Amino acid sequence: MTTPLNVNWPRDDYSRVPFWLYHDDDVYALEMERIFRGPVWNYLALDAELPNAGDFRTTWIGETSVVVSRGQDGIVHAFVNRCAHRGAQVVRKTHGNAIEHVCIYHRWCYSNEGDLIGVPFRRGLKGQGGMPADFDPKQHGLRRLRVESFHGVLFGSFATDESSGAARLESLHDYLGEFGRTMIARFFTRPICIMGYHRQLVHGNWKLYAENLRDTYHASLLHEFFVRYGLDRATQKGGVKMDERHRHNMNHAYAGTDSQDEARAAYADQKGVEVDRLQLRDTGFLKFVPEFTDGMNLAAPTIFPNFLLIQISNSLATRQIRPKGKDAFEIFQTMFAYADDTPEMIEHRMLQTNLVGPAGYVSMEDGEAIEIAHRMSATTLNDHTVIEMGGRGAITDTVHRLTEGPIRGFWSYWAELMDVEATGGVR
Amino acid sequence: MDETKRQAIRDLLIEYGLLLDDDKLEAWVELFTADCDYRIVTRENVEQNLPNVLIWCKGKNMLADRITSYRHVNEYNLHWDCHTISPPRIAAEADGSWRVAASYSLFQTTLEGQSRLFSVGRYRARVVFNDNAPRIREMVVVADTGSILTLLATPI
Repeated sequence: MTTPLNVNWPRDDYSRVPFWLYHDDDVYALEMERIFRGPVWNYLALDAELPNAGDFRTTWIGETSVVVSRGQDGIVHAFVNRCAHRGAQVVRKTHGNAIEHVCIYHRWCYSNEGDLIGVPFRRGLKGQGGMPADFDPKQHGLRRLRVESFHGVLFGSFATDESSGAARLESLHDYLGEFGRTMIARFFTRPICIMGYHRQLVHGNWKLYAENLRDTYHASLLHEFFVRYGLDRATQKGGVKMDERHRHNMNHAYAGTDSQDEARAAYADQKGVEVDRLQLRDTGFLKFVPEFTDGMNLAAPTIFPNFLLIQISNSLATRQIRPKGKDAFEIFQTMFAYADDTPEMIEHRMLQTNLVGPAGYVSMEDGEAIEIAHRMSATTLNDHTVIEMGGRGAITDTVHRLTEGPIRGFWSYWAELMDVEATGGVR
Repeated sequence: MDETKRQAIRDLLIEYGLLLDDDKLEAWVELFTADCDYRIVTRENVEQNLPNVLIWCKGKNMLADRITSYRHVNEYNLHWDCHTISPPRIAAEADGSWRVAASYSLFQTTLEGQSRLFSVGRYRARVVFNDNAPRIREMVVVADTGSILTLLATPI
C-alpha cells in the first residue's frame, strides 16, 4: 500500500531518533495504517458518556472518524463514520441520541449498531430505477471496529477478523497487561460522572506528545509550578513503570515525601527553575485530599498509542491523542469525578482543573515545548535527538524520574509495528 | 442616572480589552470585585450542561495569582493579544447589579508580527457599582473556540 520504510537508527537502543520521522508524509501515512489501524487497542471513550440506548459520540482513531454508539441491545458498538455509498460523513454532531443514523446526501440509513437498514428507492419507482436486485445491504454496513470495555474504559481496534492485523492482536486483557489492568482499575473503583471536555490543538507531530507523556525528566523543569508547590518534583519518591514490551508507561509520584529544603538544594543549580519564586495568595485549591489507598498524588498511566489516564492531586481525566496531519494533533481531555462526590468535592476538583488542560498551571507549557521542538527539528531532518537521561542500552523501570527510558520504550514498539526495528534493537 | 451607569459599563468593557491588549494585567485584575468569579468555559461544554472550566478564579486573589504565575513561572507562546469587543447588551437587575453580554474576537500576534485568530466567543458578566465605579463581580467567558490553539496563558 505504501512504500517500504527504511530507517537507519544511529543506535540500537533508540537513544537517537532521526528528526525526519516527525516530518515525513510517508511515515505518517504508514503510522495510520500500521499503528492506529494496526494490532493495537485505541482508547475510544468512557462507558459513562453513553448511558442510554441510542447514545452516541464521535471520536477519532488516528485520522479516522469513529462513532461510538450504544445499540438498542445495550452493547457499545463502534464504526467508521463514513457512508458506504459515496464516502460522506454520516454523523456530523459530536454527540447525541438517535434511533438511527441517516447520511444526509442520499439518506442511506444505518442502525445504532452500524448496519445498513435503509436505501431510498432501493426498489425503484413504478418499475423504473432502483438498485440491482442482488444488492445486499448486509454487505454495506459501516465498517465495524472490535470494541472491548475494561472498567468502563472503552477501547477499539481495527484489527478485526477480516484484517491482516487480526492475528497479531492480543486480547485487551493481555494488551493492557497486569500493569495496565491494575492502573485502570485503580481509577474506576466507583461510578464516575463526566465533568466535561478540553481540546487543545498543538502544531507538532503526534509522537512528540507520546514522548512528552513518557518524559518524566521534563516535568519538574518545564513546569516550575509543579516544583514550587511540591506536586511533582525529582526529589520526591516516585518513578516510572512499564509493561513488559515497554510500550505503556506510568509516571507516578508521592507528594510530601520530600521537604521544601531538599527541593531547594536539588534545584539550586538548575538554571531557570526556582523553588520559591512564586508566591500565591490563595493556595486553598492546591490541597490534596487523599482518596487512593496507594497514596500517590500523581499517577499517569499511558497506554500505547493514544491514551492517557491522569490523576494530578484530585483532578481526574482521560486524554486522547488525535493526530491531525503530520504537523498537528489535538489533545482531547475528558474530566471526570465520582458520582458519589459531595458538592464540595466536585467544586474542589473543578478548582484543581486550573492545574490541567490547555490553560493548566502544570500543563500549558507542553503546547509550547512541542511546537518549538517541531518547528526547529523540521529544519535539520538528517539530525537526531539525544535521549540518554537515565542511561543507554536496556530499557528498565526506575524508582526515580530522572530518566527518558520510557521514551525509548515507545520508539522500540513503534519500530516493531512499523517494521523498521534497529538491527538487534532493544525491546 | 441610568444612562450614566450604562456609559460607565461600556467604558469598563473598553478598558477591559485594552488593559489586556496593553499587557497591563495587574491593572485588569483591579476591574474585579474582591469576591469576583471569573471563568473561561467552552460552548461545547455549556451546551451539554457540563460544568468543566478552562480557568476558574474564585475570588480576586485567585485572579491575581493567575497573573503572578503567568509573569514568573509559566512558559507559553510569546505573543501579543488584540481583543475586539462588540457593543454590549446591558440589563438592570432587581438587586441593583447589571447583566452585561458582548461578543469578542481575540487575535494573537507573534513577536515577529504574524497574526492569527485565537478565540471568538461571548462575555457574560455581572457588574456592580462600588462608590459609582463599576466593577465586575462575575465574568463567564464562553469560548466558541473550544479547540485551544497551542495553549491558553493570558486571560480573555
